[in-house]
Amino acid sequence: MTILVDEHTKVVYQGLTGSQGRFYGLRNRAYGTQVVAGTNPRKAGTDVEGVPVFATVGEAVQATGATVSCIFVPAPGVLPAVLEAAGAGVELVVVITEGVPTHDQARMFATVSRDFPATRLLGPNCPGVISPGRCNIGITAGEIARGDGPVGIVSRSGTLTYQALHELTQAGVGQTTCVGIGGDPVPGTTFVDCLALFEADPDTRVVMLIGEIGGSAEEEAAEYVGQMATPVVGYVAGLSAPVGRRMGHAGAIVSGSRGTARAKIEALGRAGVAVGRDPSEAARLVAEVVAGL
Amino acid sequence: MDLYEYQGKQFLASLGVPTPAGEAVDDPEAVVAAAERLGFPVVVKAQVRVGGRGKAGGIRVATDAGEARAAAGAILGMDISGHRVERVWVERAWDIAAEHYVSFTLDRAARCHLGLLSARGGVDIEAVAAEVPGAVARLHIDPIDGLSLAQCREWVSTAALDDVPSVDALVELLGRLWIAYSEGDAELVEVNPLVVTAGGELVALDAKVTLDDSAAFRHDWEDYAATQAGDERERAARARGLQYVGLDGTVGIIANGAGLAMSTIDVVSQVGGTAANFLDIGGGAKAEVMAAALEVVNADPKVTVIFVNIFGGITRGEEVAKGIVAALGRVAITSPIVVRLDGTNAAEGRTILAAHESERLLSRPTMVDAARAAVELAARSGWPSGAPGVAPAEGPAGRPDVGRVP
Repeated sequence: MTILVDEHTKVVYQGLTGSQGRFYGLRNRAYGTQVVAGTNPRKAGTDVEGVPVFATVGEAVQATGATVSCIFVPAPGVLPAVLEAAGAGVELVVVITEGVPTHDQARMFATVSRDFPATRLLGPNCPGVISPGRCNIGITAGEIARGDGPVGIVSRSGTLTYQALHELTQAGVGQTTCVGIGGDPVPGTTFVDCLALFEADPDTRVVMLIGEIGGSAEEEAAEYVGQMATPVVGYVAGLSAPVGRRMGHAGAIVSGSRGTARAKIEALGRAGVAVGRDPSEAARLVAEVVAGL
Repeated sequence: MDLYEYQGKQFLASLGVPTPAGEAVDDPEAVVAAAERLGFPVVVKAQVRVGGRGKAGGIRVATDAGEARAAAGAILGMDISGHRVERVWVERAWDIAAEHYVSFTLDRAARCHLGLLSARGGVDIEAVAAEVPGAVARLHIDPIDGLSLAQCREWVSTAALDDVPSVDALVELLGRLWIAYSEGDAELVEVNPLVVTAGGELVALDAKVTLDDSAAFRHDWEDYAATQAGDERERAARARGLQYVGLDGTVGIIANGAGLAMSTIDVVSQVGGTAANFLDIGGGAKAEVMAAALEVVNADPKVTVIFVNIFGGITRGEEVAKGIVAALGRVAITSPIVVRLDGTNAAEGRTILAAHESERLLSRPTMVDAARAAVELAARSGWPSGAPGVAPAEGPAGRPDVGRVP
């Protein structure tokens, strides 16, 4: 099994008519994802290489049965786009867009969790989610992933995730689902959410968790790992990061003594998580655990 | 972006929060003129974005023109924890009856906002919270509902602040601060101390404000932004649209992806080197972006070797390699370059790089191997970034040996 998305998932792309949305939406379709609709109020009735464009997510859902929305609209429009998708009743809203203001992130998370409890938000500023061989939503290169495997991946960083997927695939280790939760301060879906989903998935027999400096999501994950039967392998980036500097991602910042990589690695270590010294070593550790299954 | 105190006060004042009248100036005579306009006594405060300026002598009271001139002379140009004082803020001095504390920020774990209010201001609030846990009243604030009047009154009473001369005035000030934080797109608004003057007035005597750069599109923050970049390298990188953070080491870093760039810095320090910067060039490795990145890193006088770490996903290895080679043709690079290329079609990419390989351009298949090669080259150039023939030591930034499966 997979988590969040599979071959039956139908996806509507908000921002399909923009350059990024078009590029990745069509790539996702070429991968095999059921890309059933796009939205743009000014281009309703047109299509993008055969994908029909609707004025609203509501209309797209009604006409196509889409259950997931993927958002590529520019940052100022993300908050209303998320509320529109949640209001249309989709189960999962994946926000790829980077640079969404922090107060908008807090508002959209609060609104979705209070008014639309059946909708899950993933992102913003995330690469999306891929269940290899079945469904790829977002900007991950599908070629580097391999399906039907025992490994579930959850990560705050895009390229480090790609690195992990690539190395596991090269080592012949497949993945169930790989979830990018994004590097922003208010993620819609957390490490703990994904660990719980992977724990409940009988096919995911090892979880790889890729964290970075800032916040306390890794520490919360470490606490949760204690209740899991599935083994977890980890990696945390930013051991040498200076205090008070934002390292690319809006959420990747050590504030005073809080949010350091060292504290996260120690918390994960105490919880029995094997933590790699670099991304490649973490992938090797995963392969070792898989070999011992 | 972190505002200077004077900008923070201007920001808060523009949203109706009472702050002392004052002027930001950058030479001693202007300090005297400002003080005379404001009326003595005044306080002359160093404008640096680092704590501990009071202890460093960066805050002085002046009761006449001579003292103001002397204070300005002493403070302007002063070095406070590596920050040179270029400007001072001159404000009216107040007789203080009590010092309190208030801040608003995001509680990332709770994914909502957090207000902290305490009767014990003017000191390090984390120390206060550690010593007397009950002394800081914490309030979670819903991002949609905001801070209600009733909530605010209860908060004031929990913090035992109902002995201020006017609770109504305090509640109004807190409401305005909340608006400044939420409508103003701040990531942090901290007033420490929030004082009650001898005359019974409430005044924000200090202001620490961090604005959310991602929200700049809906505000007029150009004046603030103009005073931001202190680092020449960061200005140059920003002008080229690159995600760059200047560090102190000798190995210039270019990577695609923030996580990979951070990880590259870690691996360099693991093998005994020090990174000169964080630089994320985003997806793929287009020749023009790579050329701009190489230019910025190469212009850093401390850099003695450049480590290019690229993972090709959608952009295939051969395109990445061609991009790197094309970039090298466009800019004159003085430092040797070590490239680690991995991902889709990495082998094809490495073949292209191999054709250009020399003492100035090395290619290594793994991150750790490439980091070792880079650190060795940096050491050979005579800079203190590890020594050739010496096993890389686990430095203070090294990795604790935790979390390994037995």
